[in-house]
Amino acid sequence: MTTAFVTRSTRASRIAMIIAVLALIVLAAAPWWAGRADLRLMGEIFLYLALACLWNLMAGYAGLVSVGQQAFVGFGGYMLFALTMFGGLHPVVAILAGGVLAAIVSVPIAILVFRLRGAYFAIGTWVVAEVFRLSFAQVSSLGGGSGSSLPVDVVRSLADSRSGREALAYWLALGAAVVVIGVVYAFLRTRRGLALTAIRDSEVAASGLGIDIWRTKLEVYVVTSAFTAIIGGLIFLQKLRISPDAAFSVNDWTAFVIFIVVIGGIGTLEGPIIGTLLFFALRETLADYGTAYLIALGAVAIVVMLKAPKGVWGLIRDRFDIELFPLSYRVRTRDDHQGN
Amino acid sequence: MSALLSVSDLSKSFGAVIVADETSFEVAQGAAIGILGPNGAGKTSLFNLITGAMTPNAGRITFDGADITAVPAAKRCKMGIARSFQVPQPFGGMTVFENALVGAVQGAGLSGREAEAHVLDVLEATGLMNKANVRAGSLSLLDRKRLEMARALAAKPKLLLLDEIAGGLTDAECVALIETIKNVHAAGTTIIWIEHVVHALLAVVEKLIVINFGKKIAEGAPKTIMDSPHVKEIYLGVDPHA
Ligand SMILES: Nc1ncnc2c1ncn2[C@@H]1O[C@H](COP(=O)(O)OP(=O)(O)OP(=O)(O)O)[C@@H](O)[C@H]1O
Ligand SMILES: [Mg+2]
Repeated sequence: MTTAFVTRSTRASRIAMIIAVLALIVLAAAPWWAGRADLRLMGEIFLYLALACLWNLMAGYAGLVSVGQQAFVGFGGYMLFALTMFGGLHPVVAILAGGVLAAIVSVPIAILVFRLRGAYFAIGTWVVAEVFRLSFAQVSSLGGGSGSSLPVDVVRSLADSRSGREALAYWLALGAAVVVIGVVYAFLRTRRGLALTAIRDSEVAASGLGIDIWRTKLEVYVVTSAFTAIIGGLIFLQKLRISPDAAFSVNDWTAFVIFIVVIGGIGTLEGPIIGTLLFFALRETLADYGTAYLIALGAVAIVVMLKAPKGVWGLIRDRFDIELFPLSYRVRTRDDHQGN
Repeated sequence: MSALLSVSDLSKSFGAVIVADETSFEVAQGAAIGILGPNGAGKTSLFNLITGAMTPNAGRITFDGADITAVPAAKRCKMGIARSFQVPQPFGGMTVFENALVGAVQGAGLSGREAEAHVLDVLEATGLMNKANVRAGSLSLLDRKRLEMARALAAKPKLLLLDEIAGGLTDAECVALIETIKNVHAAGTTIIWIEHVVHALLAVVEKLIVINFGKKIAEGAPKTIMDSPHVKEIYLGVDPHA
């Protein structure tokens, strides 16, 4: 007789949820307690958090190790400029529309690059991003190679005062991070999330158990690309200026993001969060040292990859067997005695 | 009895290595058959061809009345074919329970409490209940093999393909395994079992197929096959368990 039952929440996850809600309330009130520079920094942190969470879903779970997601960051940024300047859309609407367009554009790209395996896939995605950069540099109405600034009337349409605009940009960044983490978490809890997690661990076993690998990967690629474009739009809404080199920077939008995910713990939901905090802690303490800062980042990445291949969160999880997002199923027996 | 699986003139080679050489056989609904053959004979490859992990160069596979030669692996599982891997392929970052849940949800199409209850039954039957919350990546080889079978059973297959799951078991464990497989068979599941531990195989199967160099060289009742001089010759010195 089976007296066992299955549950998903744990004490750690319930506590984490309460802390997260409290933190969210405090963060949402930041425009009243934080200075301008801090507000800007926190906005940037949230947007990196969202990018890392998305790249982790794509690379850490679906095994799509792309080094070309800057294609969608830049695409989203340029859509913000194009759709507000020539389409007359409100900036927020333009950013969302950019996400939809990115989803559409990502389908033929996926069909192309999914033919490639491993390193060739990575190179293929990078080439696609370069094609994006060169193409947008040709569009003279968007400033060609030197880029353009968001027109004053578009900026004004956000809010009348400068502090109002800065608060709005901050809330949008915070909201985007919450939505991205929430969507990824909710997805991973569904049966398709279970399938994706299986793909993460063994594609051959996953397909043998009835999982359509190609379709699952396509879905993940399209959804992450759409959200990445939305984040790109928000990034350039903060910057108010765009150029092909900034928009399609492999350093800013992919290398740093990969660093975050790898040191935090790839293939886990918690990893990108911890990685983002570590990355910004390093950046803010070492930024004054110029090149030494990049060398330090590289050294940290190498040490983590050698000593803790599952990242900082992997270390914590293996040691304490906890998870902050209740994704696991736990089998429990009513009378603590497990026999069979 | 009608044939659940029928393989006709199936051929597959990798360069000079022939893993299937115009192989044909039928497996009746509800049957349990064993596959024997020396190392490298092409037994696992035959499973790869049946499950769709490998595409044949020529030949046809029909299952449950449908031609599945061109059907992708995932669809074949949903149609009712599940296998265990000779070299275990656990979902290492997931718990034992979750591994089997993938089979129940994706393969058998169950959901919610129904899926969970089915998985608990399977874990109970395969002796994995006390490891339900353990990460599959940290299991011993023996438990990984148990998990292979549990995951396949969780998919509620019509045809269960078992690839060398008895090796390395103690006598008591082997008896328990035989019992489990007999129960699965008695419940109506058709079974094809590749096994070097011949006495375990003979306790379950009613027919044997012998493969060598990708070619089917004998097929028939276990006793006839085991007494055949040709088979003895191939096995002589090949396998100490026999
Ligand atoms: N994907 C592949 N590419 C190239 N050669 C392969 C491939 N798969 C199998 N082979 C070769 O085909 C031959 C048969 O392999 P297979 O795994 O089917 O043998 P087997 O009968 O299961 O052997 P064992 O008893 O050792 O498990 C071997 O020589 C193997 O190296
Ligand atoms: Mg084999």
